[in-house]
Amino acid sequence: MKGDILFKDATLVDARGKHGIADVLIGEGRILSLFGGEAKRTIEAKGLYLSPGFLDLHTHLREPGQEVKEDLQSGLEAAVRGGYTDVVSMPNTSPVVDRAEAVRALKEKSARIGFARLHPAAALTQGQEGQLLCEARALREAGAVLLSDDGRTNEDAGVLALGLRYAASWGLPVAVHAEDAGLRRGGVMHEGEVSWRLGLPGNPAYAETARIARDLEVVRYVWEGLGVRPQGETLLHIQHLSTKRGLELVRQAKREGLPVSTEVTPHHLTLTEAHLEGLDPLYKVAPPLRTKADVEALLEGLLEGSIDCVATDHAPHTEDEKALDLLRAPFGIPSLEVAWPLLYTKLVEERGFPLPTLVARFSSDPRRILGLPPIHLEEGAEASLVLWNPSQKRSVDPRGFASKAKYSPWAGWTLLGWPVLTLVEGRVVWEADF
Amino acid sequence: MSEPSPPSFPKHLLDFKDWNRAQLESLLETAQMMQEVLARPVKKVPALSGFTVATVFFEPSTRTRISFELAARRMSADVVSFVSSASSTVKGETHRDTLRTLDQMGIDAYILRTDAAGVPHQAHRWLRKPVINAGDGWRAHPTQALLDAFTLRERLGSLEGKKIAIVGDILHSRVARSNAELLPMLGACVVACGPSTLLPGHLPGVRLTTNLREALEEADAVMALRLQKERMDRGLLPSLPEYIAGYQITEARLAWAKPEAPLLHPGPMNRDVEIEGTLADSPRSLVERQVANGQAVRMAVLYHVLVGKR
Repeated sequence: MKGDILFKDATLVDARGKHGIADVLIGEGRILSLFGGEAKRTIEAKGLYLSPGFLDLHTHLREPGQEVKEDLQSGLEAAVRGGYTDVVSMPNTSPVVDRAEAVRALKEKSARIGFARLHPAAALTQGQEGQLLCEARALREAGAVLLSDDGRTNEDAGVLALGLRYAASWGLPVAVHAEDAGLRRGGVMHEGEVSWRLGLPGNPAYAETARIARDLEVVRYVWEGLGVRPQGETLLHIQHLSTKRGLELVRQAKREGLPVSTEVTPHHLTLTEAHLEGLDPLYKVAPPLRTKADVEALLEGLLEGSIDCVATDHAPHTEDEKALDLLRAPFGIPSLEVAWPLLYTKLVEERGFPLPTLVARFSSDPRRILGLPPIHLEEGAEASLVLWNPSQKRSVDPRGFASKAKYSPWAGWTLLGWPVLTLVEGRVVWEADF
Repeated sequence: MSEPSPPSFPKHLLDFKDWNRAQLESLLETAQMMQEVLARPVKKVPALSGFTVATVFFEPSTRTRISFELAARRMSADVVSFVSSASSTVKGETHRDTLRTLDQMGIDAYILRTDAAGVPHQAHRWLRKPVINAGDGWRAHPTQALLDAFTLRERLGSLEGKKIAIVGDILHSRVARSNAELLPMLGACVVACGPSTLLPGHLPGVRLTTNLREALEEADAVMALRLQKERMDRGLLPSLPEYIAGYQITEARLAWAKPEAPLLHPGPMNRDVEIEGTLADSPRSLVERQVANGQAVRMAVLYHVLVGKR
């Protein structure tokens, strides 16, 4: 058997477990063999781990219209450098991605660029204005995988109910930024002892939990009247869960069998409101960084699976924008290039979080939400994979990012687990100098 | 002078986090000396001769700016001022660009006022030059708190164990926050009072109450805060008369406090809103004294931040 690439002595880790060392032969876009074979190129992978490529359900690539912050070229390269083979781009661009032509244009351009595969999310409502539904059928046909008014909040429960019902009939999940705009008001950080002391407008945990509680009731209402199982098991996907109480609500809903899913970001798992003490807008994000107790609860939720997956909410802005004051700087933290090493180091290395579970939360679990099958490391599997180094330490240096956002709340953190090579359908789309 | 080890001072005044009691006491003593300078016929000393100080006000405040500029000039510093409104900053140059531009002109210290919390901290990171916070958003206004403390000590002596009531919009007040930080460091007990929509959930070291009588009883001094009219527009208060009925400091209510307990206000006053107009002009009022002391305190701050030793 003749292949393109042979990973020699790679340690295999997928959602099912750690499978020991194998010689992985890649060809025709697939894994041809786990027992070696002839290849055009042999990569010495001793001490390196091979895993399914990651899928990010929540990325802001800013194209079209906001290319000063990020574009497909820089964002998709950032993705593969982070081990992501697939990313879902949010539609809150300028103009909003709410028409099939816009989805098609993104698909075509990203295919020409290469790097990670792009799966555009489209708006749930026209212009993300929360009133009139978008053409879910046409959007789906053009390649949209998810509908979301992310960037805005869905204030009208009636519109959300109609949107969920209509999207479900075309097999599309709906993702929501669950924050009540009225409770959130002008909050720029978590409301609590720190915000009161610092004199910063607070965004209470209850802005998130009140909205989640409402949305879960809307799902229950839609689900009861619908009777059809959505394609990817999910009707409603709750983005960037950040609170302990929000997790309790989701956990309860799942226990009752509601078709909901949720995600957590790298920043909500590793940073807290205490990072705002230095009054740096770098840490300004929505929903805001919460308390230590919330972080611990989210970790627990991710472990048990109440939280389905990790999603970055990679939200690049220019460095000048993030150097505005705390009231005016935009919300968002970029993380495509650090998410995996960060969570591998902080969760697996330092906290004993099971590695296969973390791999699942980065790959098979987000794939499941989109109705995609898992990639298991076995003969015949799609060769969209990441090779990464579990033992080499490197500190985060944002100046070396491919993303246009060359800053990071984790700058200077020493991490393990850096990706060294990413494959999409058997093609090497990025490799580090190693 | 043979003081054993004069306290060294932080080279900035962003809030009181980096200051300790000894430094603050020493600063207030210096303010006392500055007060004496201001009592002279020729109110000028050469202490800051050769230094250039910039007042950079991204939020207009003529009174505070004049107080700082006079303080600097009375110590022979050169003073330049940059004033812009927040709206014009949003359209064009960022705070960072403005400050970096000024920094190329050899400024030795910055006096900064902004409508957003944290800009003085950001400026301190960008400039590595002394930054004095002249008010940032709802967060801090340290020289106001220092002049309040100075004025209180002038009237009450030591603040040890003294009960100071702060009344009004605590949630959105940098004056309240800075006083809540400073006065307990000087030994005082601070009670903050207002309607619950204008109170934070918690402030370290401060008792919060919605009950005005409870706040004023046994108080050694009372401070009324300016009520911003936009609180009504944002629905935090139903109406002005409602606030006045509940929280205005009147002659009758001030009688709940200790006899002779003085009344302070950071200005500018809304007469007959947070404070009864006639009370503002009564001998109980220290409002004018606060303004006069403000200059001496700001001289002391500039001196310590720029020259550093006594």
